[in-house]
Amino acid sequence: MAAQLHFRDVTLGYDRHPAVHHLSGEVAKGSLLAVCGPNGAGKSTLFRGIVGILKPLAGQIGLGEVAARDIAYLPQSADIDRSFPISVFDFVGTGLWRSKGLFGGFGKPEIARVDHALSAVGLTGFENRSIGTLSGGQMQRMLFARLLLQDARVIVLDEPFNAIDARTATDLMDLVLRWHGEGRTVLAALHDLDLVRRHFPQTLLLARQAVAWGATAQTLTAERLLEARRMCEAFDDDAAACAIDAPPQRAA
Amino acid sequence: MMRRRARSMRRPSAQPDAPMITDALIAPFTEFEFMRRALAGVIALSLGGAPIGVFLMLRRMSLVGDAMAHAILPGAAIGFLLSGLNLFAMTFGGLIAGFAVAILAGVVARVTELKEDASLAAFYLVSLALGVAIVSIKGTNIDLLHVLFGNVLALDDQTLMVIAFNATVTLILLAVIWRPLVIECVDPLFLRSVSRAGAPAHLAFMALVVINLVNGFHALGTLLAVGLMILPAGIARFWTRDISAMMLVAVLSAVVSGYAGLVLSYLTKIPSGPAIILIAAVIYLVSLLFGTVGGIMRKLFPGRHLEA
Repeated sequence: MAAQLHFRDVTLGYDRHPAVHHLSGEVAKGSLLAVCGPNGAGKSTLFRGIVGILKPLAGQIGLGEVAARDIAYLPQSADIDRSFPISVFDFVGTGLWRSKGLFGGFGKPEIARVDHALSAVGLTGFENRSIGTLSGGQMQRMLFARLLLQDARVIVLDEPFNAIDARTATDLMDLVLRWHGEGRTVLAALHDLDLVRRHFPQTLLLARQAVAWGATAQTLTAERLLEARRMCEAFDDDAAACAIDAPPQRAA
Repeated sequence: MMRRRARSMRRPSAQPDAPMITDALIAPFTEFEFMRRALAGVIALSLGGAPIGVFLMLRRMSLVGDAMAHAILPGAAIGFLLSGLNLFAMTFGGLIAGFAVAILAGVVARVTELKEDASLAAFYLVSLALGVAIVSIKGTNIDLLHVLFGNVLALDDQTLMVIAFNATVTLILLAVIWRPLVIECVDPLFLRSVSRAGAPAHLAFMALVVINLVNGFHALGTLLAVGLMILPAGIARFWTRDISAMMLVAVLSAVVSGYAGLVLSYLTKIPSGPAIILIAAVIYLVSLLFGTVGGIMRKLFPGRHLEA
């Protein structure tokens, strides 16, 4: 199958220190890929690189025919001002930004789409609540409703099920599987390895470098997880400039 | 003197009680053109400034308005230095100085690690020092008073047109950047991931802040210009949770403060600028105490809890 995302020797990081180091590989169109690894492994950094918020220090991220701004992105800790006076309906409605822009009218079809998205995440009846009144789980459901409206070919979820109860996680996982069924490419950073083994066909085990990348069963083995855990988290302030130009290719 | 005579001449024909109140509330405006002009100016100021104030407050930039007001000073002072108390020179100078500081601060905040408030503080202190230095080269104390406190009772046709024009520009531009502005307030990361409109919208908004400060500068002076922006916004916050309603409440309370402040200054010795801001402050206090959204009385006596 054609590749949706290409990583060509990508190094991403902060202040010249690599957080993702020499990553190469491809993500096939329509794949459902889990990105696993210890804290500080570079999962969020990789996602920030994919959606174009962070520029690679070296290498390239190819997005195929999709523009970075057409990727739906759920950040790990959404930087949302919950005291802002906006209703759940209006907030979710911002998911239509790409199609509506500055002035696009908000008529009956749009209202119906927002209502539909809200009911898909189980938030019917919350339309007029202000976002500050939602619980953590409801907030996450609302963010998923906005992702639904974004109708993106590529969806990037950074630890979407953190601090969320089992029922909400199950509901939201169903949405992820639905996206997969619709042929969208979904990447999700996850810590729940059982969930990954159950639902995700492909896994990238990341520990700054790719420790393993491929079918989930072969990737999440005991020895590889141990190898990933041994990764040193701290940046070395005195590190010399990296000399490697092109490490061996790994592909999914 | 003139006011006294005008009123004493009217008095014999006036009925007692009710007409007396009408006298105080309406007569100043039917009687004197400068009062009508002042009222028109204040209404125009409210229409443009109050919505800007609401956004300043929601973006946690309430004090930024204050800083920007100071930043305008050197520009206006240079205009004053070159051509005296000339409306266009001072407006133009103020706009340039304000834009320079706003854009520099915005760019520094976006390019470096320094937060916008910190970079703004640095820039506005520089321009405040510069402004005071320039004014003291040529100005007299009276000129300085005019620059610092403005005079809403001395608005001429030209100034009034400038204020109305600026208010119109503000409302139109605000309508254009409304969506990105709102989204950037609630969820800046989302806006960054779907659109490039964030930065231009922010700069346009800062430009509007400057335009409205220059506007208020003529009527209320550099020091109080922010008052008609931030106080109404604070008032609105206590009455509604909806941003559009907030805009309406803010504009309305600004207009009421402007009108009541003019009447107050007509009836007393209080200058118009402080009178307007004081009335706004009184409304703010009342809202703080009795506001239905997070007012103090609501917090102290919330009523019995609901079933679900």
